[in-house]
Amino acid sequence: MSANLEREKGALSSSEPVAEKGILVPKILFGATVISILASIYLIFIYSSIEKTMGVVQKIFYYHVASAWCTFLAFFVTFIFSILFLAKRKRIFDTYAYVSAEIGVVFTTIVLTTGPIWAKSSWNTWWAWEPRLTTTLILWFIYMAYIMIRQMDGVWDKKARLASVFGIIGFIDVPIVFFAIRWWQSKFHPIVFGNGPSQKGGGIEPDMLVALLVSITALTLLYSYLLQKGVTLENMRIKVTQYKEKLREDLEN
Amino acid sequence: MIRSALLIAKKDLYSELKTKQVLATMIIFAGLVILVFSFAFDPANNTTKAVIPGVIWVIIVFSGILGLNRSFISEQRNDTMQGLMIAPMDASSIFLGKFLANFSMMLVVELVSLPFLFLLFDFQMYGGFGYLILVLMIGSFGFISIGTFLAALAANSKSSEMLLPLLLFPVTSPILIGAVQATKIILTNIEKLSSAMAWIQLISAYDVIFFVLCFILIENVLEV
Amino acid sequence: MIEISKLIKKADNKLILRGIDLKIGKGETVAILGPNGAGKSTLLKVLATLIKPTSGLVKINGLELRNNQMKIKKLQGYLPHSSLLYEHYSPLENLVFFGNLYGIKNAEEKAVELVKEVGLSFFLNEPVKNFSRGMIQRIAIARAIIHEPPLLLLDEPHTGLDQGAISILNNVILSMKAKGTTTLMVTHDFKQAADICDRIVIIKNGKVADDFRMEEKALDTVSEKYQLQVEGVS
Ligand SMILES: Nc1ncnc2c1ncn2[C@@H]1O[C@H](COP(=O)(O)OP(=O)(O)O)[C@@H](O)[C@H]1O
Ligand SMILES: [Mg+2]
Repeated sequence: MSANLEREKGALSSSEPVAEKGILVPKILFGATVISILASIYLIFIYSSIEKTMGVVQKIFYYHVASAWCTFLAFFVTFIFSILFLAKRKRIFDTYAYVSAEIGVVFTTIVLTTGPIWAKSSWNTWWAWEPRLTTTLILWFIYMAYIMIRQMDGVWDKKARLASVFGIIGFIDVPIVFFAIRWWQSKFHPIVFGNGPSQKGGGIEPDMLVALLVSITALTLLYSYLLQKGVTLENMRIKVTQYKEKLREDLEN
Repeated sequence: MIRSALLIAKKDLYSELKTKQVLATMIIFAGLVILVFSFAFDPANNTTKAVIPGVIWVIIVFSGILGLNRSFISEQRNDTMQGLMIAPMDASSIFLGKFLANFSMMLVVELVSLPFLFLLFDFQMYGGFGYLILVLMIGSFGFISIGTFLAALAANSKSSEMLLPLLLFPVTSPILIGAVQATKIILTNIEKLSSAMAWIQLISAYDVIFFVLCFILIENVLEV
Repeated sequence: MIEISKLIKKADNKLILRGIDLKIGKGETVAILGPNGAGKSTLLKVLATLIKPTSGLVKINGLELRNNQMKIKKLQGYLPHSSLLYEHYSPLENLVFFGNLYGIKNAEEKAVELVKEVGLSFFLNEPVKNFSRGMIQRIAIARAIIHEPPLLLLDEPHTGLDQGAISILNNVILSMKAKGTTTLMVTHDFKQAADICDRIVIIKNGKVADDFRMEEKALDTVSEKYQLQVEGVS
């Protein structure tokens, strides 16, 4: 996973507007994303064994966990770029923070839809007030609020400033929210890695672990690709409005 | 810094004393919440006692948000916010002053409405009065401090009254969970005091972290 | 007193100030003229530390604006379009509050004295919300000078005032000038500009278009130059 992060960082720093690289990097990212997603689908549905008690529905688990990981990664990236923006006040940092938060909300939504399906077949209830799931729900609300701040009217640097502040507050809140909810109610979730003390069958088979890791890699690559693409699009949008403004001014004078 | 903060708090409270608008609204609203709850849950029924801790915090949160909304909006008339910003003090003084004013008003509302609640629902306290005060204080402290901060943030929006709850509720969820749990233990099950204390510690940690964070970040919020 | 060089302010890609260079000496009274939307108010807001410039250097009393906000705030009295007064408060309460914020001693005495100077002693304890525009503006100027700032920034102080109020306002500005105060005044009223200012700066489209001294109180010169710059008529 750390290798992933390294690649991730590489992709981030090299996606600055150097012309040739700027075309190459998204292509490589796109290829890697497609290949790894295909590989993960193969591993999930054909290679890995079917879980004993839950059957086929358990397969949803791979993408559930991988999305949860991407959610966290995306909001962490928003957090880092929010701090960078407040320190340096460069628009590019804000663009990364914003795009990453938007992708994060999409992944959160995936987690929140796959979660209940899992819960239904595992605990026979659609929604469990289980720490990780509830934290994800609150995360979803926090980052929807973040996006609401972005929708305010006003000049961009004001919106960027306020959103960055909220991005920092929101992310620091996450571990506390998780901690509080875990104390509040902790009876459902199986402990996946390591030996679950009380839950039987909560452990994970080696072939499942491989499938899980590949799924995580695949979604992380997908995230980096989307981030890269989103930032490019946003930059283009900014450029277009700049040209429009210039044109308008030239016409006026 | 403290001096300017006190001046601002005094200014807000004094102007509240003159108009009595916000405080009256908050208290009447708290009364209405109690009334609605007595319709929803039969006060004569014994199981109703279980919802009292929740009702306490619903009162605090909803009447609190009314006051928080006004706190920065009231500085928009005649651009008095600019008057504060050009005065020789840090943004954190403004935050601290506003926080002190909001916190005092919140305490007044609690002081008036909670006895009323206990009276109407005929609620017997079994000891632990001091602990109840403690939970109320640190819970309100955290809620109002982050609330004041986010109110300053939301005041930049045209529809800040709608934006503030959306920002505030998810962020303060740890306080609300912790405070309701701690209040429940103290009011109904005082033997388990140690776990109430654990919750109180969690809320205090939250209070400290976010108070410091607000202090550092407020400068970025209060720019024109 | 004020040194501005290459000051640029952008809002959403739109250039509001496009490279202002201006030097103002101590004790000068400068009128800033220009059409609506030229960026006059924006320039004053930058000086008042309310908005951060996109780039450029601003020095006040030799202090860099960016790093000495606290000291610079104490040096200035700023009067924008709005009055910055609390409506439920009386003039006295308003002035005492702001006086205390600026840390002046005997704020109350000073407040009473100023209210008298602007001719509103009779309304000392009435809430401001019942006042007319002219009365509010007179209290607003008193608010701006309560801490006796060596630099005054006034944004259209004469707008909407009757003759009596204008002359009271001018007297206040002139008495501040006698004490050595530097004044920057945005105005659309050429007569007032010619009457009390000794230098005129014309701003157009975010740039300084003209900058000249007034030797004698020549209203004609002002309107002539203004028309030349702004309307392109000669
Ligand atoms: N907050 C803002 N966001 C975007 N544009 C602004 C803002 N404030 C002022 N402007 C624009 O800046 C220009 C100059 O405004 P201003 O300095 O108020 O002009 P004036 O010389 O009339 O006082 C105007 O065109 C106005 O539309
Ligand atoms: Mg103006």
